[in-house]
Amino acid sequence: MIGKLKTREFWHTELAPKGKLITPFNVITLPVILVGIVLIVIRFTRGLGSVTNLSQEFPWGLWIGFDVLVGIAFAGGAYVLCLIYYIFGYEKYHPIIRITTLNGFLAYSFYAAALVLDLGRPWNAFNFLIGNGFGFSSIMFLVAWHFFLYTICLLIEFAPGIAEWIGSKRLWKFVNMINLGAVILGITLSIGHQSGVGALFLLAPAKIHPLWYSEFIPLLFLVSSVFAGLSMVIFEGSITQRVFRARFDRKDEDRHNGLVVSMARICAVTMFVYLFLKLLELNHGQEWNLLATPYGYLYLVEVVGFVLVPLIMFARGSRNGSLGMIRTAALLSMIGIALNRFNVCIIAYNWYLPEKYYPSWMEIVVTLTVIFLELWVYRWVIHRMPVWGSDPVWERDAPPTAEAAHG
Amino acid sequence: MDRRSFLKMLAVGSSGLALGARPGIARAAEAGDTTEFCAVLVDATKCIGCRLCERACAEANSLPEPDLGDRSVLGTRRFTDVSRFTVVNRYETEKGEVYVKTQCMHCNQAACVSACPVNALKKRREGPVEWSSNCFGCRYCMVACPFDIPKIEYDSPAPSILKCGFCFQEKISKNEIPACVEACPVGALQFGTRRDMLEEARTRIYTEPDKYVHHIYGEHEVGGTGWLYLSPVPFDQIGFRTDLGTRPYPQYTKGYLTNIAVVDLIAPPLLLGLSYIASTRFKGTRDEREDETQGEKP
Repeated sequence: MIGKLKTREFWHTELAPKGKLITPFNVITLPVILVGIVLIVIRFTRGLGSVTNLSQEFPWGLWIGFDVLVGIAFAGGAYVLCLIYYIFGYEKYHPIIRITTLNGFLAYSFYAAALVLDLGRPWNAFNFLIGNGFGFSSIMFLVAWHFFLYTICLLIEFAPGIAEWIGSKRLWKFVNMINLGAVILGITLSIGHQSGVGALFLLAPAKIHPLWYSEFIPLLFLVSSVFAGLSMVIFEGSITQRVFRARFDRKDEDRHNGLVVSMARICAVTMFVYLFLKLLELNHGQEWNLLATPYGYLYLVEVVGFVLVPLIMFARGSRNGSLGMIRTAALLSMIGIALNRFNVCIIAYNWYLPEKYYPSWMEIVVTLTVIFLELWVYRWVIHRMPVWGSDPVWERDAPPTAEAAHG
Repeated sequence: MDRRSFLKMLAVGSSGLALGARPGIARAAEAGDTTEFCAVLVDATKCIGCRLCERACAEANSLPEPDLGDRSVLGTRRFTDVSRFTVVNRYETEKGEVYVKTQCMHCNQAACVSACPVNALKKRREGPVEWSSNCFGCRYCMVACPFDIPKIEYDSPAPSILKCGFCFQEKISKNEIPACVEACPVGALQFGTRRDMLEEARTRIYTEPDKYVHHIYGEHEVGGTGWLYLSPVPFDQIGFRTDLGTRPYPQYTKGYLTNIAVVDLIAPPLLLGLSYIASTRFKGTRDEREDETQGEKP
C-alpha cells in the first residue's frame, strides 16, 4: 500500500500525458475526433436521420455493420487466447494474454458506446438489464446480456494489470483469485454472443440473399470469430511491437514471433473448418447456380479471395516460419471478415430492392472517432500499466510458488 | 381450426423459451380465457381505391390528412411510413386494375414481437400487435418483419416505432370496429374474429369460384396473420410476397435459443474440468519454466 502523499504524487504523474503532443498520430486523429464529437452532438439533438443514411428499408448501417459486427469478431482473440492459455494450459501464450484481454476490454467498451449512438432511444438502453421488459424470445436480448456480462469478465481478466499499476497487492490477490471464474464465464459468454450476432439474422430469411442466409449463420459467425480474433492479435501485435518498442521486453520478441507462427496454424485450421461449413451450406441449399450472378461473384471474392487465399498463406507461412506472409494473411482474413459482416448486414440484405444503402461521410467520421478514441485510451494504458505480463514487484521479490506462476 | 392450431403452438411453445416470451397468452389459456384473435378480411375484388380508409386511419391516429383528390399517387407503389399507417396501391393485372390496402398484418406469431429485446412490441390476446415506449430503438423489429411494417422516426431525437395498432386503444377496446373498416364505403373490409373471417373468405371463394384465386393470403403465411386477403389474381401480381413460407417466424430462432441455453449450462463445468486436467498434465512443463526464469535472475 502506498501512503497518502505518495498516492497523490502517483496520480499526478500517471494521469498527466506522457510524451510529445505533436505527433503524426495526434495530428491526424485529433481533428477527426473533434468533428466526430460535433456530429455526435447533432445526432443526439436532431435524430439519427440528420447524420446517417439509414432508411426504413435499411435500418442497420455502418454503425451496426462495422462497429458492432466486425468489431466483435475482431475482438474474439481475447476469448480464444484465454481458452488456449488458461483452459488448455499452453503456458507459452503468457506474454500476450494480458495485452489481448486489454484489447478485448477496450474494444467491447467502445462498441457498447458506439451501440448507444445507434440506439434510437438510448435513455432506455438499460431496460433489458433492469427488467423493464425481458425479451426471452429475442436474440437481441441474449446478445445484449452476453455482451454486457462478457465486458465485465474482460475487466476482471485485465484487472491484475490495473492492480500492479496502482500498486495494490490486495486488489491483485483478489482479482487473481476470481480470474479463472471470469475466464470460464467469459469463454461461455463469448460462444453465446459471437454466434448470437450471427443468429440475429436468422429472423430475416426472406431478406438476406440465399448465398449468405443460412441456418448455420450462428456457427459460421462463431468459427470465423476464432480466426478473425487471432488475425487481429497477429496484426495488432506486429504494429504494437514497432510503436511501443520502448515498453516491449526485448527477450520476449523471439518468443512472440514463435507465438505468431502457432496462431497462424490455428487460423489455418479454423479457416479450413469455416470453408468446409460454407461449402456444406452452399451444397445443402443447392445454391451453386447462384454463383454465376453478380452476388455470386461477390460471394466468390469473399470466400476464395479472403478466406481460401489467406488460409493457404497461413498454412505456408507457419510451415516456413515466414512472419511476413503470416501478417499479410492476417490482414487479408480481416478484410474478408469485414466483407462477410457487411454482406450479411448491408450488401446482401434487402438485395432485391432498387434502393441501396451507402454510409454518409458523417457515419464514417463517427466510426473513425470511436476507433481513434479507443486507440488514445489504449496508448494511455500501455504507457502506464504492465501489459506485457511481467511479474509484479512483490512477486519478483518473493520466492516463487506454484500459485504465482498461474497469474 | 385456427384456435386448435393456436393451442397446439402454445403446447409446443411451453416446452421452450416461448412460454416466457408470451406470459400474457399463457396466462389467458390457463384461466380458460376464450378470447379469440380478431381479424380483418380484405376483399381486393371489391376495393375501388377511394382511399377513405387512409383518411380514417390518419384521423384515428392523429396523422397528417392525406389528399384524397390526388389520384395520381395511385400510379406508383407507396409504402406505409411514419406519417401513414395504411396505403392503398393500384396494380395493373391480367384482370385489369386491382386496388390493395396495406398495413400491419398483425401476425399470429409475429417476428417483431419475438425480435424485441425488451417486449416493447406485444401481441395482445385479442390479436393486435402493439408498440410501447420502453423500446430502446435497436430497430431489430424492422429487420425481422417480413412485411417491412415497423417504421422509425429518423428525424426525431426521441423517435417512436410507428405502425398500425389495429385501432385497439382507439376503437376495439371500446367495442367499436377499426377506423378503416368503418370508413370503407363498399364493404371491401370486414372485421370479426379470425375464425369467422376465414369462414367468410372460404364461403366467398366457394360461392364465386371464378371471381377469386383459391387462396386466402394470411391464412397460413408466416404462421397466419390477423389481416386476411382475397384476390382476383395471383397474389404476386398485387404486390404480395409469395416466398415467405408458412413457418412462424419465432421458429427460426427457437432452436438456436435452446442450444445457447444448453451451452451456457454445460460449458462452464466442462471448461473447469478441462482446465483442471490441463493444469495437472502441464505441471511438469510449468515447473521447468519456473526453473528457467529462476535461473535467468542473478
